[in-house]
Parts: sequence; C-alpha cells; structure tokens
Amino acid sequence: MLNIDNLQATVADKPILKGLSLSINAGEIHVIMGPNGAGKSTLAYTLGGRPGYEVTGGSAMLDGQDLLALDPHERAAAGLFLGFQYPVEIPGVSFVQFLREALNAQRKGRGEEPLSGGEFLKLAREKAALLRLDMDMLKRPVNVGFSGGEKKRAEMVQMGILDPKLAVLDETDSGLDIDALRVVGDGINAIMRRPDKAVLLITHYQRLLDYVKPDFVHVLAGGRIVKTGGPELALQLEEEGYEAVAA
Amino acid sequence: MTALLPTRKDEAYRYADLDALAPLWPVAVERIVLADGEQRALSIIESGQAPVARELAVVLGKGARLDLRVLNAGFAYARIAVRAELGEEAEFIFGAAQLANGQQVQEIVTEVLHAAPGAISRQTVRSVAGGQATTNYLGKVRVAKGADGTDGEQSVRAMLLDRTAKANAKPELEIFADDVKCAHGCAVGELDAGGLFYMASRGIPPEQAKALMLQAFIAEAFAGAADEEALLAQALERLGEVL
Repeated sequence: MLNIDNLQATVADKPILKGLSLSINAGEIHVIMGPNGAGKSTLAYTLGGRPGYEVTGGSAMLDGQDLLALDPHERAAAGLFLGFQYPVEIPGVSFVQFLREALNAQRKGRGEEPLSGGEFLKLAREKAALLRLDMDMLKRPVNVGFSGGEKKRAEMVQMGILDPKLAVLDETDSGLDIDALRVVGDGINAIMRRPDKAVLLITHYQRLLDYVKPDFVHVLAGGRIVKTGGPELALQLEEEGYEAVAA
Repeated sequence: MTALLPTRKDEAYRYADLDALAPLWPVAVERIVLADGEQRALSIIESGQAPVARELAVVLGKGARLDLRVLNAGFAYARIAVRAELGEEAEFIFGAAQLANGQQVQEIVTEVLHAAPGAISRQTVRSVAGGQATTNYLGKVRVAKGADGTDGEQSVRAMLLDRTAKANAKPELEIFADDVKCAHGCAVGELDAGGLFYMASRGIPPEQAKALMLQAFIAEAFAGAADEEALLAQALERLGEVL
C-alpha cells in the first residue's frame, strides 16, 4: 500500500531524512520508534506535504499513486490521514462544519456524491460514540479548549469519519492518561485494523503497543530505518534503550 | 458647509484616499439620536461600486442602547466615521468588518465619548485586506471627567492575505475619570499556517480553508447582531472575490 524508497528531505536546508525506505502492505500495522531528533515527525509531515518540508530525493507511493506529486488536500483524498502530535486549534469553526467540509471535499476529489447534513451527522455520532467523545464536543470550535486527551480522541473520531486507507499517526499517544490511551488504542483497532487498511504509528513509548499489536517495528535513527523486527523489538528497546539496540 | 477638504495632517484622515474623498466632500452628517431608555439596532452595509463616505453622529440618552453593525465590503474607497456621545448608563455596541482587495482603501473611524457615568461601549472591528488594499481603523475612546464606572472595550484585528496588503490600526484612550475600565486589544496578522495545513491534511483545498478561517474571523464582528445572518451572508459573498 505504502512504498517509500530512499526518501530524503530537508527542513530549513538541513537534511533530516537521509534515504529512508519502508514498505507497508494492506492489513499491516507498522510502528516507528526512535530517539528525539531522529526524523520521526519529519517523516509524518513530509508524507503529509507540510510546507517547509522539502523532498530532495526518493519517492513515496500510496497504492501506486505518487504521493509527493500531490497537494496536501489531494493526499487526503487519495486516502492518507495524518494524526497530529499537536492538533491545531481553529477558533470559530466547529468540528461538525470542519469535518463535513473535509469529507465532502475528499469525496468530490474522488468523484463521489457529497453527504447531506443528516447523513453526515449520523456518521459523526456513530464515530464519536465509538471513541466515547461527547457529540456536543463536536459542535464546539475545532480543538479549542480541548484537553490533550480530548484532542487525541477527536483525532481518532476524525480518522473514523474520514475513513482513510493509510493512517500515519504521529505520537498520538503523547499526553494521554491510561484510560485515554486505551480508548485511542481501541479506536485504532476498530477503525484501521482491516484487511484493506494500514497504519504507520510513530511513537516514543512501548505502552500504546499493549493495546495496538504491531506487525512490524522499525527503529528510525539519523534519518534512516536502522533496524526492523516484530513486536518484541519494541520491548527490547524499552528495556535496553535506543543506543544499545540500534548501534 | 464650506469646510475645506482635509489633508493628511488631519489625524482622522491620515490614511484616507483623499482623491476618492474629494468629490464626496463635504460629507453630510447623519444624526442618530436615541432618547432616554430607547433601544435600537442598525446595520449599515456598503457593497457598491462607487466610493462612499459617511459621517454618523450618535447621541445616546440615559440608559439608551444602540447596536450598530457595519459591513464595509464595496469595491471602491469607503469611509465610515462614527462619533458617539454616551449618556449615563448608555450602551453602545459597534461591530464592523471590512473586506478589501485590489487598490482599495477602506476605513472605519470612531470617536466614542463616555460623557456621563456608567456607560458601556464595545467595539469589535475585523478587517481583511488582499492585493494592495489598505484597511484602516482609527478609534478613540474618551472618558469625560466624572464619567466614573465607564466600561469601554476595543477589539481590533486585521488579517493580511498578501504581503502587499496593508492595515493601519490605532486604538486610542483618553481618560479623565478615575474609576474606569477600558481595555483594548489590537493585532495585525496573517492566516495561521498551521491551521491551514491542518485543514489541508483533512482534505480541505486551500481556498476553502482560507474562506472557513476568514468566515470565523469576520463573524466575531457580527456576533449577536439582529441581522447576523444577513450580514454574514453578504460578507461571504464578497470574501469569495477577495480571496
């Protein structure tokens, strides 16, 4: 589903990704772990097309489509969902309006009919219930006044509504208490653990992996994948540290 | 009226488009007088092709309340000046939005005098400028001697869509009473790049994302207005062209 080959990217002219290669098949959940400054968030933003993250070499294909040639909103329509480490507040724009415009823009991009207000609300209610987020919160401005945990839950609700093929989740587990962590883990499983979907989970810690069982764990260091293994690799990293394992 | 055309030395006309103003000069004063206890809501929408300059003189009696909203969204020079004199415990709500593009100059000039104790004034001005347009807000709040218990508020924000656009904002306070509460906030900025990327990452195209953010920005000027929906609808129509 996702094929990243020799990806190189700079931020403010500084090389961060230095030839990263990674393949993810449909039905798989991959985890990327790595020390601070390894390039984890840069990978997420580069895949998402954030301005300022410049690709200087390599390729990234999503289901045969050249991701890097698309604008950020087109990547979303192509099936990419980016979960943010720090979800952005947008004053004055309600979640309901935001997500309905987003979903219908994606549908338009794929040549599908837009959802009516009623159809959309039904979908939003269903996904909010799945993630145990009060529907009233979706009537509030996007992320404004939300706690860290609520923002991450809301990210999962967005993922459920937008129904992507591939979710790249950048430290979705940061800032979560244990209960919220479980809700997010369950959400990832419920929404994305399907034969036609895939997940790239970026995290610092092993604890989310108690809820989301990965198929592969990769260690990112110095802008490259330096080691790949199964779920046991995450446990080993937790015990021994990056330096010992990735050296 | 034989008043001479103002020059840039006149503070209230410092950023005005004087060439556009000349044929409109002198500007007739429109008087709005509310008797003691009277309440009124009024909306002014300028959306035409021709230059316009208006001068409103508002007098609010004891306990009177005026809710005045202005949408400055025409295609040429537009100047709305408001002088308001507030009696005891009067309330003046002023919400204005300006939407300018091309070479346009739009301006709101207010002078609010708290002449007696206990009056309230709340001004919210939101300006959006694209291209080489200029938006101005010059707003003075004066609190007369003895006008204790005054509560005055100015919230002024401008959004620049292009590096070539300009916004001038000058909130001013002149206070001669002791017991007053006057607050003003003023900011000129650009659309939040982080918010725009967040929207794009969810599939919203850039123009639509900008429109959504600006819609929310402008809506702050019209919150609670009797004509809120009509004002917003007109503003959105113009917004489509400004973007």
